[in-house]
Amino acid sequence: MSTLVIADHDNAELKPVTLSTLAAAVELGGDIDVLVAGSDCQSVAESVQTVGCVSSVLLADSSAYENCLAENVAPLVVELSSSYDHVLTAHTTTGKNFLPRVAALLDVQMISDIIGVDSADTFKRPIYAGNAIATVKSNDATKVISVRGTGFDPVEATGGSAEIRTVDSVHDAGLSSHVRDELAKSERPELTSAGIVVSGGRGMGSGENFAILDEIADLLGAAVGASRAAVDAGFVPNDMQVGQTGKIVAPDLYIAVGISGAIQHLAGMKDSKVIVAINKDPDAPIFQIADFGLVADLFQAVPELTTALKAD
Amino acid sequence: MKVLVAVKRVVDANVNVVVKNDGTGVNLANVKMSLNPFCEIGIEQATQLKEADIADEIIAVTIGSSSSQEQLRLCLAQGADRAILVDAGEDIEPLAIAKLLKAIYEKEDPKIVIFGKQSIDGDNGQTGQMFAALTGLPQGTFASLLSMDGESAEITREVDGGLQTVKLSVPFVLTTDLRLNTPRFASLRNIMDARRKTIDTITPADLGVEVEQHTETLRVDRPPEREAGVIVEGVDELVDKLRNDAKVIT
Repeated sequence: MSTLVIADHDNAELKPVTLSTLAAAVELGGDIDVLVAGSDCQSVAESVQTVGCVSSVLLADSSAYENCLAENVAPLVVELSSSYDHVLTAHTTTGKNFLPRVAALLDVQMISDIIGVDSADTFKRPIYAGNAIATVKSNDATKVISVRGTGFDPVEATGGSAEIRTVDSVHDAGLSSHVRDELAKSERPELTSAGIVVSGGRGMGSGENFAILDEIADLLGAAVGASRAAVDAGFVPNDMQVGQTGKIVAPDLYIAVGISGAIQHLAGMKDSKVIVAINKDPDAPIFQIADFGLVADLFQAVPELTTALKAD
Repeated sequence: MKVLVAVKRVVDANVNVVVKNDGTGVNLANVKMSLNPFCEIGIEQATQLKEADIADEIIAVTIGSSSSQEQLRLCLAQGADRAILVDAGEDIEPLAIAKLLKAIYEKEDPKIVIFGKQSIDGDNGQTGQMFAALTGLPQGTFASLLSMDGESAEITREVDGGLQTVKLSVPFVLTTDLRLNTPRFASLRNIMDARRKTIDTITPADLGVEVEQHTETLRVDRPPEREAGVIVEGVDELVDKLRNDAKVIT
C-alpha cells in the first residue's frame, strides 16, 4: 500500500498543514511519497525530505505549476497517481481547488475534509456544518482525499532523509493564467495554525474597532479571526472568516468577542481546546459551548483584559 | 451568451440539524428547505451578467427530486429564464452530478457555468471542479469578483492568504464565494411571472448517464458534545481561570 501526499506550499516554505496531512497518511499505513509541484521550489522539497515518515519526494519544478493552477496541476497528479492507493492533500483553498479535478479525471468520488481514518477505505468527515459526523466508505480503487488539518496532530518535521526525485512532465493546459495575488501581510501567526485565536463578530460594530482585538492578539501572539456576520457587514476581509464557509481552526485558546455563535461559526471553532466568549447578551448561543463566558460590553471588557494581561 | 447555473435544494442554513438516533442520517422530516446560499449568489451573478448585456439567457438546473421545483421557481423569480430538473432522486454523489451536468452542458452549450462553492448539507465542495474536469473547462473557484473581457474572464478568488486573480478562457466554470454579490429579494411581480416560466423535468436516462454510487455512508453520528462551562464575574476572574485552571496563557 502506498500514498501520495501533495504538499501545500508557497514555493518558498512548506505549509505546516502538510504535516497534519502526513499524519493522516501515516494512519493509512504503507509508503508515503510527497509531491512538491511548483516553481523554484527546491527549498520546499528539501524541507519535506527531512520529515521522518516520507519515503521519497517528487519534485515537479516548472513555471506551469508556479501558482498551483488546477488546470495544470490536476493532470500532473493524475499521471502520478497510478502508482498509489491513496492521494491526499490538505483541505485548504489550494487543495479544495485542484483535488476534485483530479478525482473526476480518475473517475473517483473524492472524500472531502476528513477528520478521522477508520481503515484504509473508511473515513470520518463532518457534514451539515459539523452538526453530524459521517462515516464514509470508498469503493474506488484509488482513494482521493482532502484532510482537515485540525483533525490530525502534525507529524514531526525531522528525522528523515528521503531522496528527491525529479518529475519532468510539464502539463500546461493553456486554459488559465495567474494575474496577481493580493495577500494579507501580517506579522501574526496564520489563522489555521495559531495557538491562540481572537475573533470578532457583528458586535464589533466596525472594522476600525477590530484594533482592540489586534492589540490583545499582539500581546498573546494570537491570530485575529472574524465571524461571517463581521465579514458580511464589511468590517474585515473574508480571509479572516472562521466558520463552515471560511476557515476551520482548533487553537489551544479561542476568544470569541461580540460573536453570538451561529451554527455556521461554531462549525469553524468548536474543536478549540479552550473557548472564551465575551458578549453582552447572556442568551447568546456561544455561551453554551464556551468554557469561560463573560457577560459584558466588549468595549469595556476587551481593553480591561488587555490591561490585565499587560500588567503581568 | 448563455449562462448555466447549477443549484441545489438544502436544509435551511438556520436549521439546527438533528442526527437520528439509529445513526442512519439526519432528521429531515418537516425541516425547512431552501436554495443553497452559494447557489443563490450564483443566480444573482447570472442575473447581473444579463443586466450588463453579457448574458442573454439564464438556465437554472438542479439534480434532485421533484420537491426541488420549489427552489427552481425561486431561481426563475430571481432572474433565470428557464429551468431544468433532472429527477435523479436524493443523495446523488458530486461525481454523478457532474456527469449529469456535463450532458446538459453538451446540449445547451453555455459559455459560463456557475456553481456554489459548496452546498451547506454535504459540505463536499467538489461539483464545480469535477464538472470543469469532465468538460475540460478552466475553473475560477471561490470567486469574489468576475470581470468579462470578450474572449477571456478575470476572476478574483478568495484564497487562504487573501485574494488571487486568474485569467480564464471562455467558456469557463465559476464557483461563488460569499462576497461575489448580495442576492436580491424576488419581487412579488417576479414571483408571479416565474409561474409562467418553464421547468423541464428529465431523467438521467434521457441524458444517457448512468448514476453510480462510489461511496457508502456507513453511519452518521452526533459530534462530541461540548459542555457549557462557567460564567465568570469579571476580567480578573477570567484571567485567573485562563492562567491557573486552563493554563492556556502564561
